[in-house]
Amino acid sequence: MKIGVYICYCGENIGRTVDCERVAKEAKFLPGVVHSVDYKYMCSDPGQNLIKQAIKDYKLDGVVVGSCSPHMHEKTFRKACADAGLNPYLCEIANLREHVSWVHDDKELATQKAIDLVRFAVEKVKRNAPLTTIQVPVTKRTLVIGGGISGIQAALDVANAGYEVVLVEKEPSIGGHMSQLSETFPTLDCSQCILTPRMVEVYQHPKIKLLTYSEVEKVEGFIGNFKVTIRKKARYVDDTLCSGCGDCAIKCPIKKKALSEFDEGLTTRSAIYVPFPQAVPNIPVIDTEVCTYFKNGKCMMCQKVCGRDAINFEQKDEFLTEEIGAIIVATGYKLYTIDKKPEDSEIKGYGEYGYGKYKDVIDGLQFERIASASGPTSGEFKRPSDGKEPKKIVFIQCVGSRDESKGFSYCSKICCMYTAKHAMLYKHKVHDGEAYVFYMDIRAGGKMYEEFVRRAIEEDGVKYIRGRVSKIYEEDGKYIVKGEDTLAGVPIQIDADMVVLATAMIAQKEAPKFAQTIGIPYDKYGFFSEAHPKLRPVESTSGGIFLAGACQSPKDIPESVSMASAAAAKAMVLFGSDMLEREPTIALVNENLCAGCFYCRKVCAYNAIEIKQINDKNGNLIKEVAFVNSGLCQGCGTCSATCPSKSVELIGYTDEQIYAEIAALM
Amino acid sequence: MMDIGYYPGCSQEGTAKEYDKSIRAILKVLDVNPVELDDWSCCGATSAHVTNHKLALALSARNLALAEKQNLKELFAPCAACFSRLALTQCELKSDSNLKTEIEDIIENKLNGTTEVINIVELFKKLGSDKIKANRKVELKGLKAACYYGCLLVRPHEINGYDDAEMPTSMEDIVKATGAEAIEWNFKTECCGAAHSIPRVDIVIDLSKKILDDAKKHGANVIVVACPMCHNNLDLRQKLIKREYKSHEDIPVLYLSEFIGLSLGFSQKELGIDTHYIKFEMPELKKKESEVTV
Repeated sequence: MKIGVYICYCGENIGRTVDCERVAKEAKFLPGVVHSVDYKYMCSDPGQNLIKQAIKDYKLDGVVVGSCSPHMHEKTFRKACADAGLNPYLCEIANLREHVSWVHDDKELATQKAIDLVRFAVEKVKRNAPLTTIQVPVTKRTLVIGGGISGIQAALDVANAGYEVVLVEKEPSIGGHMSQLSETFPTLDCSQCILTPRMVEVYQHPKIKLLTYSEVEKVEGFIGNFKVTIRKKARYVDDTLCSGCGDCAIKCPIKKKALSEFDEGLTTRSAIYVPFPQAVPNIPVIDTEVCTYFKNGKCMMCQKVCGRDAINFEQKDEFLTEEIGAIIVATGYKLYTIDKKPEDSEIKGYGEYGYGKYKDVIDGLQFERIASASGPTSGEFKRPSDGKEPKKIVFIQCVGSRDESKGFSYCSKICCMYTAKHAMLYKHKVHDGEAYVFYMDIRAGGKMYEEFVRRAIEEDGVKYIRGRVSKIYEEDGKYIVKGEDTLAGVPIQIDADMVVLATAMIAQKEAPKFAQTIGIPYDKYGFFSEAHPKLRPVESTSGGIFLAGACQSPKDIPESVSMASAAAAKAMVLFGSDMLEREPTIALVNENLCAGCFYCRKVCAYNAIEIKQINDKNGNLIKEVAFVNSGLCQGCGTCSATCPSKSVELIGYTDEQIYAEIAALM
Repeated sequence: MMDIGYYPGCSQEGTAKEYDKSIRAILKVLDVNPVELDDWSCCGATSAHVTNHKLALALSARNLALAEKQNLKELFAPCAACFSRLALTQCELKSDSNLKTEIEDIIENKLNGTTEVINIVELFKKLGSDKIKANRKVELKGLKAACYYGCLLVRPHEINGYDDAEMPTSMEDIVKATGAEAIEWNFKTECCGAAHSIPRVDIVIDLSKKILDDAKKHGANVIVVACPMCHNNLDLRQKLIKREYKSHEDIPVLYLSEFIGLSLGFSQKELGIDTHYIKFEMPELKKKESEVTV
C-alpha cells in the first residue's frame, strides 16, 4: 500500500491549536505511508495540486487529508483524487478542525489527538475498496408547495424554463399574504397591482398544473424520483362547470357566522365563498363548518341558483399521485396573534396590550386590510369598534419578536419597515392625525429602506419613541398607552384612538408536522432549516428539496422572491442532466447469510429495504431475503447495526474497516 | 378530608390575622385540612431579598426542606410575598445545581425540589368552583367585586403556570362561584406601592388611589385581594387617601377567603372582617336598613 497524508492548517483554524508540521512528520512513520506533508490551505488550487502531483509521483493507492469536516470538503478532495486518476473513494478525511482544533485548547494534547485521528484514517483507507457512483434517472418535473409570492415566483421561473410544475396551495386561492397587503415598502407600489398579474400568469401557464385547496399528504422516493400524494380537498363545487359568476355567494343565507380569513376577521363572509374578488382560481368553496346543508341537510340555496349545476354536495376528497424530480417548499409564515389565552403554551402572550379584548387594538395584517382599497373600509381609516376616523394611532414594534420571556428571541425583520409604511399611509390620508411608533431599534437594512424610514419621520412627521409599552387600557373611549421614552428617560402616556401591534412573524402551526411528512429538518421555532447558512441557503439537507420564502425565516417580499428564483435555479440544475449520481456508500445484503427476519426493514427510516424472493431453477420459492433499493438507501447504517446475523454491511463502512479504525486508536 | 401543607407566614399571625382565621374557617367547610408546617420560619421576603440574595434563598429553602421532611407534597402559602419567595426559590434552585448545592450547605439539609408551592388562587382553582357552589349558603348577589391580583400573585412567569400574568382571570372565576359579579377593570395587576407603605407612604397613597378609583369607576362595590400587603395598602391607607383627596369615597377591601366565607354562611366576625378599617356591609343589608329608617 502506498498512502499519502496531507495536513491542512486551515489558515489559523487548525494551525493555532494543532502543530500541523509535527502531525505530518509523525504520519510518515505510519505503516503504509509513503508521503506526508502539511500546507496552509489544502483546499486551495495549489493545495489540491499538491495532492494530485503526489498521486502521480508516488503512485499512491490511498489518500488521507487531515482538514475540516468531511461535510465541508470531502467532495473537493475526492474530486482532486479522481482528477489524478485515483478512485475517489480511496480518499479519507481526518477531521482535525471540528473534532480537534475547534474543541480543544491544549496544543500538545490536541496535536496528539490529531495524530491519532490521522492513524485511524490511514488504517481505514487501507481497507477501502474503489467504488463507483450509482446512476439514477431524473423526472424533470417540479412540485412547488405553497402559492404565496415565493411559490408563484418559483413556479413561474421553472415553468418559463420549459419544465413542468405542479403548484399546490392549501387555501382556496393562490396569492398568500401578499394579496392582503395594501401598499408595499419602500416604493408604495400597490401590492395587488403587482401580484395579481402573476397569479393570472400561473393560472394560464401551459406548464403549470395548479392544485388549490389541496395539501401534500405523503412524499416517497428520493431526489429526482419522488412520488408525491396530494389530497385535493372537496370544494363541493365542480371546477370544470363553475364559471365564477358569484351568484351562489350572493344568495347564500349564511352571512355573519364565519369571519373572513382574507380580511383577518374584520368582516364576515358567506358559507360558500371566494376568499377575495381577484382570487385565482375564481371558484368558490363551501365551508362545511357553517353551511346549513352540512349541518341539517336543508337550504341548498347555492345549488338552486347555480345556472351551471356546478354545486355538488356529494363531492369527496380526491387523492392524486404525481411523479416529481424536485420539490420547492414555499409554505410561508403566520402572524403571531396574541390571544388572551394563546394556544401555544410556550408563549406567555401580551395580556397587558388587551389584544382580543379591545376591538381597536389590532395587528399589522388587520391594519393592512383597513388601509387596503379592497378592504372592509375601502381604504379609509376607520377604527373597527365604531367606524370613527382615528386621530391618534400608536404603533408598537417588536411584539413577540426579540422578546425571550414572552415571545421569540429572533427579529422578525420586516416590522420596522411595515410600521413605517403604516404610519406613512395613515399620515397621507389623515393629515391632522398623529402617529406614534414605539420601537427598540430601527432595523432598516436594505435598498432604500433607511431612506424610507427617514421619510416617515422627517417628511410625514411620524413621531418615533424609543421604548417599550407596558400597558394599554381603555378609559372613556380612548386607549391609554403607557410606556417609557428611554431616550428622554421619562415615562410616557398617550391617549390613542387605535393601537397597531407589529406582531412577530412565526412559522406555520403545522410546519413541524409538515417537515416530518416530507422529511426535512426544522429549527426550534418551526422554520425549515437550510443545508448551510451561507453557502447553501435555499437547499434543505434532503436531496432535491429546496426552500423559498418565509418558511425558512422571516423575510420581506424582495428577499422571498430572490430566494424563490434561487430555489427554481437549483431545481433546474438537477434537470440539466438525464441521470443523477448518487453516493455508492449504501447498504448491501449478503443473501447467503440473510435469515429473512427483516428487522432491518422495521428500522429503516427511508423504506429502502424490500423483500426479495429467491427461487430454485424450477421457480420454487427457497427463501425470502432482504434487498436494498439503491435509489432510496441513504447509507445511514441502521440496518447494519440491527442485523442479528451480520448479513447487511454498509459499503465503505464495513465491519472490517470500523474494527481497523478502532484498533488504530488502541 | 384532604390534607394540604400550610405555611402561614408572619403576617397571618399579625397584621393579617383575619386572613388566617377566614382561611381556616372556610377550608374546614370545604373538607380541606391545613397541616401547618412544623417549625416554619421567615420566607425571606423584602428585607432579606433586597439585602442578600443567598440569605433570601436559604430562608425559603429551609422551609422547603422542612416540608419535604414532613411529607408535604403541596405547600399552600396564602401570603403573596411568601408564595413568591418560596416558589421562586424552588424554581431558581431547580435550574441551577451549583447554587442548590451551595444553599444546601448553608441550610445543612438536602432539597429534592418535590414540594409544589401554591397560592390561594391556585388552591381554589384546584378545588374547583363547584365545591364552593355546592357548599354555598348565601348567594352574594349585589356584590360587584374587583379582583385585585397585585404584583406577586401571577408574576414572574416562571412560577405562574396557572394564569395570564397581565390579564389574569382565575380569581374572577372563583368569585363568580359565590354568586357575586366580577367586574372587568384595568388595574388588576398594577402596583399598590407594597412595602413603601412604611417609608414613603405618599407613593402608596397615589398608587393605591388609582387602583381604588379605577375599581369604583368600573362599578365595583368591593375589592377582593389575596395578599396582606395589598390589603394593608388598600384598606388601611384609605384614611390617608381621604385626608389627601377630600372627594374619596370608601370602598371595602376583603380577602378572597373572607369573600368565600361570606357565601359559605359565616358571619363577618367569624371571618375577622370586623377588624378591617373600612367597614363592609352586604348590599342587601344596607337596603333593609334604609327601608327601616324610612
